Amino acid sequence: MAGIEVTSLHKRYPDGTVAVEHVDLSIRDGELFVMLGPSGCGKTTTLRAVAGLERQTSGDIRIGSTLVNDLPPGERDIAMVFQFYALYPHLKVRDNLAFPLRAEGLPEPEVRQRVEESAEMMELGPLLDRRPQRLSGGEQQRVALARALVRRPRAFLMDEPLTNLDAELRADMRTRIKHLQAELGTTMVYVTHDQVEAMSLGHRIAILNQGRVEQIGTPLEVYDRPASLFCAAFIGSPPMNLIEVDVADGMLRGAGGLTLTPPPGLPRDASLVAGVRPEALEVTVPGAERSIPARVVSAEALGDEIIYVVAHGGQRDVRVRMPPTVRFAADAPVGLRHAGGTPPVYDKSTEELVA
Amino acid sequence: MAISIQEAVPTGPVPDDPPRSRRGGRGRAVVEVVLLAALAIAMLFPVLWILETSIKENRDVYAVPAKFFGFRVTLDHFKDAFVAAGGGRSDLSVAFLNSVIVAGGSTALATLFGVPAAWAYSRFDLRAKKDQLFFILSTRFMPPVVVVIPVFLMYRQLGLINTKLGLVLIYAAFNVSFTIWMMKGFVDEVPSEYEDAAMLDGYTRFQAFRRFTLPLLVPGIAATAVFALIFSWNEFVFAIFLTSSQDVRTAPPAIAGLIGGTTVDWGLVAASATVFAIPVLVFAFLVRKHLVAGVTLGAVRR
Repeated sequence: MAGIEVTSLHKRYPDGTVAVEHVDLSIRDGELFVMLGPSGCGKTTTLRAVAGLERQTSGDIRIGSTLVNDLPPGERDIAMVFQFYALYPHLKVRDNLAFPLRAEGLPEPEVRQRVEESAEMMELGPLLDRRPQRLSGGEQQRVALARALVRRPRAFLMDEPLTNLDAELRADMRTRIKHLQAELGTTMVYVTHDQVEAMSLGHRIAILNQGRVEQIGTPLEVYDRPASLFCAAFIGSPPMNLIEVDVADGMLRGAGGLTLTPPPGLPRDASLVAGVRPEALEVTVPGAERSIPARVVSAEALGDEIIYVVAHGGQRDVRVRMPPTVRFAADAPVGLRHAGGTPPVYDKSTEELVA
Repeated sequence: MAISIQEAVPTGPVPDDPPRSRRGGRGRAVVEVVLLAALAIAMLFPVLWILETSIKENRDVYAVPAKFFGFRVTLDHFKDAFVAAGGGRSDLSVAFLNSVIVAGGSTALATLFGVPAAWAYSRFDLRAKKDQLFFILSTRFMPPVVVVIPVFLMYRQLGLINTKLGLVLIYAAFNVSFTIWMMKGFVDEVPSEYEDAAMLDGYTRFQAFRRFTLPLLVPGIAATAVFALIFSWNEFVFAIFLTSSQDVRTAPPAIAGLIGGTTVDWGLVAASATVFAIPVLVFAFLVRKHLVAGVTLGAVRR
């Protein structure tokens, strides 16, 4: 087991496209570290560079204390699980699992024992004598995981391993992976574009955008205080309401008259944007205390909650998350008020968190 | 080889909306069958006539009116094709052997170079990859005849005139561009994750290619090789320009050489043509599934 250090990683392809502009990561030993970002943000390229499948243009990668820049993937002592499961089609499940061990030249009794072990962990017993084509997507992914386990590597690299599974199975596999990582305590780097996966799995999350790291933090840090407007818009569903505000009378005031408590240390002469989570707003009866007049544009009843889209005089309608017990009809006149603590505030021009 | 869309779409019973006009459909089918039959006869009659001629005695070959049936069957022409008049091997049999060597050699060479190149073009990011591929394709834009003279002059300098090696090289050069393009389509279809996984298991990139990707490419290679083989086997222009002696000449110019004396032994021509056509037919038949796959899957981009 080992931590992973990525220092000043830069990757440019021969055709000139830059996949990774500049990435620094310090992944701790035993951590489940998630790299999250939209497609083309450089997360997969970074992971493949760690695996040794891509050679970085510049920058260093250390696994444990070893500088692995010039090591071929096979010598980095890591296992990788792919979005496309990459099981060898001509081998039975059993032989697929045994393959990396036999490639290493382990004695056959040990191979058999380790295959049994990881097959048990992934509940593959009855599938061992089948070929990959005869397995469902979920089963194939379990085999792929077991094949990664069997090597007892220093680190697991997961490249969107659940993307091809249907929603139900994905939730189940997510739990399995989390449980497995906790049990083994092996460092795991997990790449995904799915924020739910990232939030539910990661000890820490790195949000990447256009080849750069926008923010690194625990899921709650990332959720509560997104480091940039990009992160604010990317994490959360529905996303944060980004409201342009001015400072007046010691309060933040939005266009529609919405008032928010300002955080300390606001810069003086900058146009500011406050990030307000949908659950930090409240739809009230019209004229309630501290509320401003507003109108429900639409309501999405999701069963456990209702998402209201509310027009309040600002440039953009805001989204408000309310418990299902509170009901307002669409188009009804309502009140809107802020019910959370101090919101994160961003500089509109730099798009970065200022307070 | 073309697959119509109608065949591919399952036509289940549609209770509420029957085909507009059944009779119209049947009438169309009849017309189709008649036209296709006419086409088939027009295409196949010469083949049939060659087959008949090859087993007729000479007086029947020249009989007027022509005899479709009721002639005496003889295999003498086939014997003549292989055995020289005074015993020993005939010139034609040498030519057939040359064809086998030249077509086989050039196909092997084109495959040996083309498949790894296709793999590299499919897997690696190369500078100006599209331009390189276009350049490779562009070598097939012109008819081969255009370069016969330059190639002839070049070969004379190199001492490759009138050698089998010369023919093998020129055919391989033509086939390698085709092989790269067709095989690239097949390689694109094989997920590169197989190689990634194998590399993480400790194989080098090339070993990963050889052990995991290559076996999955075998159908594609077979289809591509058959196309290359057919090209080399049938090639006439370069063969007649670049070779002169009987012991180097391949079958197409050798068979053509039978025509043009004071008398033409049509039975022998027909017999040699038959013998010449059989290997290609057999190959195409053996890999017919892959040929369709090669045309539809290999050529069409996802």
